Amino acid sequence: MLTAQIRKERRSPGASAFLLDVSIEVPSGITILFGASGAGKSTILDCIAGLTRPDEGQIVTDGDVLFDPAARINIPAQKRKIAYVFQALALFPHLTAEENASYGLRDLPQKEKRERVDRILKVFRVEKLCKQKPGEISGGERQRIALARSLVTDPRLLLLDEPLTGLDADLKAAIVDDLRAWNAAKRIPILYVTHSRDEVDALGERVITLHNGRVVSAGSPLEVLNAPRRKKLAQAAGFENLLAAAVLDLREADGVMRIRLGDSPCEIEVPLGYATPGSRIQVAVRAGDILLATVPPRGLSARNVLEGRILSLEQRGTLVTARVDCGVTFIVHVTPGAVRTLELTPGCPVWLVLKTHSCHLVD
Amino acid sequence: MEALWLSMKLAGCVAAILLAIGMPVAYWLAYSTWRGKFLLESIVALPLVLPPTVLGFYALVAMGPRGLLGKFWIALFGHGLAFTFSGLVLASVLYSFPFAVQPLIASFEGVDRKLLDASAVLGAGSLRTFWRIILPLSLPGVVTAAVLSFAHTLGEFGVVLMVGGNLAGVTRTVSIDIYDHVQSLEYGEANRMALVLLAISFAVLSVVYAVNRRVWTPWAAK
Repeated sequence: MLTAQIRKERRSPGASAFLLDVSIEVPSGITILFGASGAGKSTILDCIAGLTRPDEGQIVTDGDVLFDPAARINIPAQKRKIAYVFQALALFPHLTAEENASYGLRDLPQKEKRERVDRILKVFRVEKLCKQKPGEISGGERQRIALARSLVTDPRLLLLDEPLTGLDADLKAAIVDDLRAWNAAKRIPILYVTHSRDEVDALGERVITLHNGRVVSAGSPLEVLNAPRRKKLAQAAGFENLLAAAVLDLREADGVMRIRLGDSPCEIEVPLGYATPGSRIQVAVRAGDILLATVPPRGLSARNVLEGRILSLEQRGTLVTARVDCGVTFIVHVTPGAVRTLELTPGCPVWLVLKTHSCHLVD
Repeated sequence: MEALWLSMKLAGCVAAILLAIGMPVAYWLAYSTWRGKFLLESIVALPLVLPPTVLGFYALVAMGPRGLLGKFWIALFGHGLAFTFSGLVLASVLYSFPFAVQPLIASFEGVDRKLLDASAVLGAGSLRTFWRIILPLSLPGVVTAAVLSFAHTLGEFGVVLMVGGNLAGVTRTVSIDIYDHVQSLEYGEANRMALVLLAISFAVLSVVYAVNRRVWTPWAAK
């Protein structure tokens, strides 16, 4: 268990001062530190690792005090026994994969060093690359070697700063599985920084969300991210549709309320929130949570069906983003197959289907 | 040829000494966050702008029997420092200092800071980080520093004349020798020595540029 209270002010010329002021707890298992870039995620990791000195605070892991200015304790980074995988990985370019992996194992006898390096390279499936240098291997392999290099030291805490950025989903999932398998036996606290919503869903046992240097919420991914409290967070969390709305009436018995979107005549039903008729709210809907139909849909449980017209279709990879005008503009994700089968083109009339509980209220 | 051999010996000694003391100084200058760092940087660069005679003059005064360094040397070895080979080495070290330190600073600063962070997090202290990470990644800078201080010492004239005088086999280096030949109108002899010096200097500079141009770092990321 890691507990950290960190307060650090950062001044940079030409910008207003940034204040990081957080108090976090990281039990064993994976905890995600989530937030937009600039929220202070990496600074927190740097402080925990001992690469940056907090102005004030206290950092304790498993009863060992790593930083406490009141007691004049500030253990240097090289003595903290914390593993840290940087976003840039920082593999040593002049050393082979094997030499990289054994870098942190200095005091061990040669034989044990060899065994541990061999074992960890096998765990991360890069044993065949042991004589290669980082410049000669692929991005995913480099990421695996960076993980192996950090974990071979048997750290008491693992810090991961977006270590899987830039990998495709399959590769990411495979590496995460290997990481989970490794941690099943060790059960050390892992603090995993990301700004990617997908990684939160795939990894998180717990999520701490950060906004502008403050902790906004902490809990399970479901609790924390499915009810985005703030607009910034909603955008960071991948809610493509963020719409202003006015509350029309509350139906407490059904647990819902009716709202009108923007200045349009569109009325939809959303989960009941703390609001009174007439008050202004914001609704967040994921583009992937909206169904699109080319005929008026019937016999659905979903309560919200909106008529509209396709404004544009844009394909990126295997994802097509449709912009649909229903009085307000919605962003809807569909597959290329759906575009072909339904013969979707800009201008064609469509119906959008929104489940009540896919509409999230934002303060 | 005696003069050439002496010059080579002097340049070799100076280059070796400069690498040994240049590295800690360059390390400190590259990584220190002390605000008064610029003062030391200026001192290191001084020999670049001072006339060799100024440097040589103060070196001579310091090494003389009444100078602090001279007294110390006499107490230690029983003879003075001025007009000896050791004195020449000392003065040349001062004179070539920036030629060793500045390439070292540049190459140390060129090492990605993240690598140093990674090394620290993996439990390495600054000494281990220096030997295993900074030094290997700064090899071109180290070669440049060694070669430049060698070449610069080989070609120096003013400081040698001030501190060493002109004692055959002790302090008469190639550049002094050439000057001597010209003074005595032995142009053929002067030309021969001058050509040798020219050739050596060219060869040495070619090494520097080749090292820095060619991908001497085979581990450069693709």
